[in-house]
Amino acid sequence: MPEQDVCDLPGIVARWQHDPANLVQILREVQESCGTIPSDALDRLAQLLGVPRVRIESTASFYAFFHAESHGAYEILFSDNIVDRMAGKEALKQYFCERLWLEPRKLSEDGLVYVDDTADIGLADQAPALLVNGYAIPSLDKARLDLVAELIRARKPLADWPPMLFEIPDNVRKPGPLMGEAFAPGAALKATLARGADATLAELDAANLRGRGGAGFKTATKWASCRKAEGEAHYVVCNADEGEPGTFKDRVLLASHADLVFEGMTVCARAIGARRGFLYLRGEYRNLHEKLKSVLAARREQGLLGRNILGEDGFDFDIEIHLGAGAYICGEESALIESLEGKPGKPRNRPPFPDRRGYRDQPTVVNNVETFACAAKIAEKGGAWFAALGTPQSAGTKLVSVSGDCKRPGVYEYPFGASVRQILIDCGAEDAHAVQVSGPSGTCISFREFDRRIAFEDLATAGAFMVFSRERDMFEVARNFTHFFAHESCGFCTPCRVGTSLLKNTMDKLAAGKGSAYDMHEMKHIMHILRSMAHCGLGHTAANPVVQTMEKFPDAYERRLKRLDFEPAFDLDGALQTARLITGRDDAWAHLANE
Amino acid sequence: MAKTFILDGKTIPFEEGETIMEAAAAAGVYIPHLCHHPEFKPHGSCKLCTVSIGGRLGAACTNKAAEGMKVESETEALNGDRRALVQMLFVEGNHVCPSCEKSGNCQLQAAAYHLGMLTPHFTHFYPARDVDASHPDVLLERNRCILCELCVRASRDVDGKHVFGIGGRGIRARLIVNAASGRLADTSLSVTDRAAEVCPTGAIVRKRHGFTIPIGKRLYDHHDIAEAPVAGMERPGRD
Amino acid sequence: MTEPKKLKVATCSLAGCFGCHMSLLDIDEKLFELVKVVEFDRSPITDIKHCGPCDIGIVEGGVCNAENVHVLKEFRKNCRVLVATGACAITGGIPAWRNNVDLWDCFQEVYHYGIGLENGQIPNDPELPLPFDKVHPIGEVVRVDHFLPGCPPPADAIWKFLTDLAAGREPKLEYEMLHYD
Repeated sequence: MPEQDVCDLPGIVARWQHDPANLVQILREVQESCGTIPSDALDRLAQLLGVPRVRIESTASFYAFFHAESHGAYEILFSDNIVDRMAGKEALKQYFCERLWLEPRKLSEDGLVYVDDTADIGLADQAPALLVNGYAIPSLDKARLDLVAELIRARKPLADWPPMLFEIPDNVRKPGPLMGEAFAPGAALKATLARGADATLAELDAANLRGRGGAGFKTATKWASCRKAEGEAHYVVCNADEGEPGTFKDRVLLASHADLVFEGMTVCARAIGARRGFLYLRGEYRNLHEKLKSVLAARREQGLLGRNILGEDGFDFDIEIHLGAGAYICGEESALIESLEGKPGKPRNRPPFPDRRGYRDQPTVVNNVETFACAAKIAEKGGAWFAALGTPQSAGTKLVSVSGDCKRPGVYEYPFGASVRQILIDCGAEDAHAVQVSGPSGTCISFREFDRRIAFEDLATAGAFMVFSRERDMFEVARNFTHFFAHESCGFCTPCRVGTSLLKNTMDKLAAGKGSAYDMHEMKHIMHILRSMAHCGLGHTAANPVVQTMEKFPDAYERRLKRLDFEPAFDLDGALQTARLITGRDDAWAHLANE
Repeated sequence: MAKTFILDGKTIPFEEGETIMEAAAAAGVYIPHLCHHPEFKPHGSCKLCTVSIGGRLGAACTNKAAEGMKVESETEALNGDRRALVQMLFVEGNHVCPSCEKSGNCQLQAAAYHLGMLTPHFTHFYPARDVDASHPDVLLERNRCILCELCVRASRDVDGKHVFGIGGRGIRARLIVNAASGRLADTSLSVTDRAAEVCPTGAIVRKRHGFTIPIGKRLYDHHDIAEAPVAGMERPGRD
Repeated sequence: MTEPKKLKVATCSLAGCFGCHMSLLDIDEKLFELVKVVEFDRSPITDIKHCGPCDIGIVEGGVCNAENVHVLKEFRKNCRVLVATGACAITGGIPAWRNNVDLWDCFQEVYHYGIGLENGQIPNDPELPLPFDKVHPIGEVVRVDHFLPGCPPPADAIWKFLTDLAAGREPKLEYEMLHYD
């Protein structure tokens, strides 16, 4: 197992060109080879990179997957999305801990194993799931956890674990033009070269392609603006930081259609005049890394990346993969760029937007994985073909990641305009009561709204579609999401840093049966501050789950309210327990009734 | 003819490239703020200076002024929201004004006075935060830190030293220093550094200068921060 | 001619230093005017131990132990208007400095290792109020109607606050009367 002395810092730093901009990648490799990022490694990295230690420490302490203390030879992180919980994650985690005689968040006494939770790892269709030393194991049950526990007890190196544990089926249930049609690598590029950059942008414009990350900005406008922007270099960035709980369609695109995505990026490079591109892959998708690197290598061999692509003189472009390290906020494009530059993922002040000042302050296109896949198809087949799919405002198809209470979770590709009801029928969700569309930051809709449609003009979505049956407690759904946002807030701005934690604490108070109407009023107040004052989308939407479930499922809250007036902020009797233990008292005056 | 925009019905001249905050300050109009300082690059994190820009909310310190723009700042709603932000800062740290040397000269306190805050309102976090008294001349009292990053910016951009940084994230974000020991004494901070005196609260204070001006006779004891924006500093103005 | 009905006021100090009460007494000769319109119920001033129905309850100090809760709840139950008075009642104040010291360490310091102690023992007498893990502002235990900050609030601020309340006005403090130290 990794020991500190195998950590070759100079080698890692050299592999990343001694460039402090690659700090997140350097730290990730240090973490992976040493098992921790020890304090003295920060000093040595500071020397090797020629930057102040405080800068290294800022970055190292920001990302959830980096830690200074040892997590043993095996770090087990259970995915903690509500869908994992619905599939029995809590009980399975407890079972696993009991089998190995350990407590969560505490290194086992033999220093072998550490168990904790992590935010959704992109396997909601195969929940519950976990990461072992960064590699995903889906579809957990007792038998699979027994096996994992045995392998750990036998101290078997991860490389020797049975591959079947790590097999992740795509679960494509309804393919469409993106996922169902064969794609010959190079087809879109050949068409692009034949057509020229201007005409390609015109096709993209005619296609009316809008960003698939959820915001729906028109892709042709972004590319054209970036192309026009002056700079020393232009960059293409593919946002594969698919962190929105309940989303996993990019995982499938990258696992089985990576050529389509890389080709879309290369088409973009041609259109905007970029020579360098990045795929920012969320750390949770570590298992895809090697495969994606081999796809890139194959594309270089085929003349689809590198110098003089497809023999076109001066058409040079290549793609690097950067891995994230456990930070949802890096899905926000400017935070992603900060991360690419080796910094904590904190959203920038905008304007200027990345199309003018992005990576290294140069013009940069940042698009979602699915957007690049669509762009490749459009370059190949033309804008009119694409525009004919979907609705007038929302052209093309949308990949929907279906999970939760349904018979057939997985990826569904629909032309825009598909109704929620249709999707529910297709996935076998017979008892659906609510759907969380586009994840915690999206929209919670109740059974009264199942005729609404997936489209920018109605339900805009990045792709998550979590189904909840009648038995589910929508309060607990919202509470899980408030924990998620508090954990993922970057801490830059006051309202989000403090507000998300206040909201989480109040939801926990209600969950403990100590809520009052006063607390409901307080939450509405905090939501208002988040929505109006927060720095970025995370803060603006962090209160959505609570706002929407309060409005659509008021019973879930009301039955938890202890009284209508006021309840103390803390457990009065519980707060006396320490003093009772110290003094040995248990008389009537040593207790307070929590009435 | 100078370009102008409208701030609360008043015509404010500005120069191309100026932010709303800069133009307002030059015109003598106060917009509440904590992380902004005229000498440093805008930060936009405290959000106190949030204004309505043609109906859209944004930070006055990072949004550029534009010809004919209509900005609202002194509205009951915005000041109420600003009060809530100050309250959040109070409960997030351990701000015990009665025992703080900065009391009366503290901009967090002064902004709260200006906004009429009577109580921190939200449930206190009472976080466990370190006090660092290792440095011979400067005390680092993290209980009072509001994460405005003025010291970070001053040390990096003016002193050229990188003494300070922000570690962690979310509610666990904290001020860190450039030393393996984590001690201020082991950094290159000097008491004459800009970073040692730019703190708007009492998180970074000079040692042995306590209470040279008694409580009750300090700047914000008698002057609203709107009239005397920064303790110990002349108002920024333009001739 | 009948006298106008006097306002009934109760006061108490929980985890505080009685400084706010001193400041109340500091209104000096205005005390004569005050007692014309105000009658004190439970208060350290009257030494009445339990309060009956009151118009205004003035609470100094935060909540640090079980007894504080009993007193505070009695005030909340009996007082039409409850005023959190002073830094400790509003934020926990100086006593809340112990909030990040382990309670066991506090006891050790006070009863075992403090200067001058020999063979110290931690008392377990039921008559002693049992301390909480942390000190809390009163607003985290009961609903509070008004907040009068200051350490202590200046005498003039207390006078202004009480006369505003007595006159049925929303209390309002001038700039120089509002401070937290």
